[in-house]
Amino acid sequence: MFNLSKFVIQDLLRNWIVLLYMGFLMLAGFGFFMLEGQVDKAMLGILNLVLLLVPMVTIIFSTIYYYNMYEFIVLLLAQPLKRRTVLGSIYLGLSVSFGLALLIGLGLPLLLLNPSLVSVILLLVSLMLTLVFIALALLAGIWARDKARGMGISLLFWVYFVLIFDGIILMLMYNFSDYPIERSVLFITFLNPVDLGRILVLMQTEAAALMGYSGAIFNKFFNDWWGIWGSLLVLCLWALAPVAVSFRMFRHKDL
Amino acid sequence: MIRIEDLNKAFGKHQVLRGINLTFEEGQSVALIGPNGSGKTTLIKALLGLVVVKGKIWVGGSLIQGESEYRRKIGYMPQMSRFPDNMTVKQLFSMMKDLRKDLKPGDLDYDLYDAFEIDQMASKRLSILSGGMKQKVSAALAFLFDPPILILDEPTAGLDPVSNEVLKDKLKKEVSKGKLVLITSHILSDLDEITTHVAYLMDGELRFFKSLDQLKNETAESRLNRIIAQVLNQENAYV
Repeated sequence: MFNLSKFVIQDLLRNWIVLLYMGFLMLAGFGFFMLEGQVDKAMLGILNLVLLLVPMVTIIFSTIYYYNMYEFIVLLLAQPLKRRTVLGSIYLGLSVSFGLALLIGLGLPLLLLNPSLVSVILLLVSLMLTLVFIALALLAGIWARDKARGMGISLLFWVYFVLIFDGIILMLMYNFSDYPIERSVLFITFLNPVDLGRILVLMQTEAAALMGYSGAIFNKFFNDWWGIWGSLLVLCLWALAPVAVSFRMFRHKDL
Repeated sequence: MIRIEDLNKAFGKHQVLRGINLTFEEGQSVALIGPNGSGKTTLIKALLGLVVVKGKIWVGGSLIQGESEYRRKIGYMPQMSRFPDNMTVKQLFSMMKDLRKDLKPGDLDYDLYDAFEIDQMASKRLSILSGGMKQKVSAALAFLFDPPILILDEPTAGLDPVSNEVLKDKLKKEVSKGKLVLITSHILSDLDEITTHVAYLMDGELRFFKSLDQLKNETAESRLNRIIAQVLNQENAYV
């Protein structure tokens, strides 16, 4: 399995899109710190960019990669390799390559210019989001035989987690604003890895003070050590669930 | 060496293979022929465990369902090959050899690798190779591990005449060594010299599986395409 992932990683690290992604993250990271005078503002800018960009790039690229690798996967499966080995190597390869691109591209500016807990949590969150969206991409690819449909499903995942879900929450908060729903909203955010990541990072910054009563409740929760670890655990679950489903589906798939 | 019993496969409502029973032995070179959509490729994929089927398949004496180890015995050349874009030919071969650490370097078969002069394109990236060159690479890969069973899906489709002859000579040599070769092709004249048996599939059913000699006797023809035409005419006459 590690043999195979090694080659996937070698292949990916020479892919210009992965390199471009890394370069862009680094440029944006340093850029925000240069342009914004305050560290906190720069962090917010980076957070918003990362939450938009990381899921989009990883899910689109991974879906395309899966379909491009399809014939090669078939060739590999004609070798004495188990299906879970082949799929596992591809997942591992994608995760390691994108993880490295992220850690270098984003980690360098963050840890150089703002070495703090917020930076570490932002890095952890974006790393987890990378894993989640690669897993969702593989799920979409294995689900749909047709490339166009697979891309559609992937984009739908992205739009749902980045846009539609927030809309639903806003509607919910607006319509039920007379009731004490802060606590339920807290648990609803667990249903979206992107939002969970956003709040997890926000609560470590000064911006948390501006968020009113729900901000206070969130703040209490996410500043406890078990709140942070719990949310990271939920993010892990978000990465593991689609992986588990795709392995199950891949085992019985007609190739 | 390969035994197939009551093999059925449906994609949704579309029945692709219907109750196939076949037995292939060592030293046979079987041409798997039939019109487009007759289930040839699906049958091959079933042998490789790439599709989930109803029925039983034994390769080398053991049931293949859910297994992967039996594929050590099989060399497979697919109809279409596509490799990772940024990988070079050399890396591809070294990766494949890495996957088969059970074999010693001396066990490898470099005949086609040398004959197709793959060393000369070793540093090229796979994405810039032409279709025919990719076919050469995947042919060399299929033979590399010297497997007792060779499965070739439309091997001659993209190859130039010279390479075609090289591949045919190699196949003849392997059959005479007692290997089992399974080939699908639409170019029957290519199959003429290399096959010993013919399996004819139509609409997912096995119409006949006979040795070439037997077919020659029955039809009094010597060329494969005439034989097939005549057999099909006879069958239609009965219907």
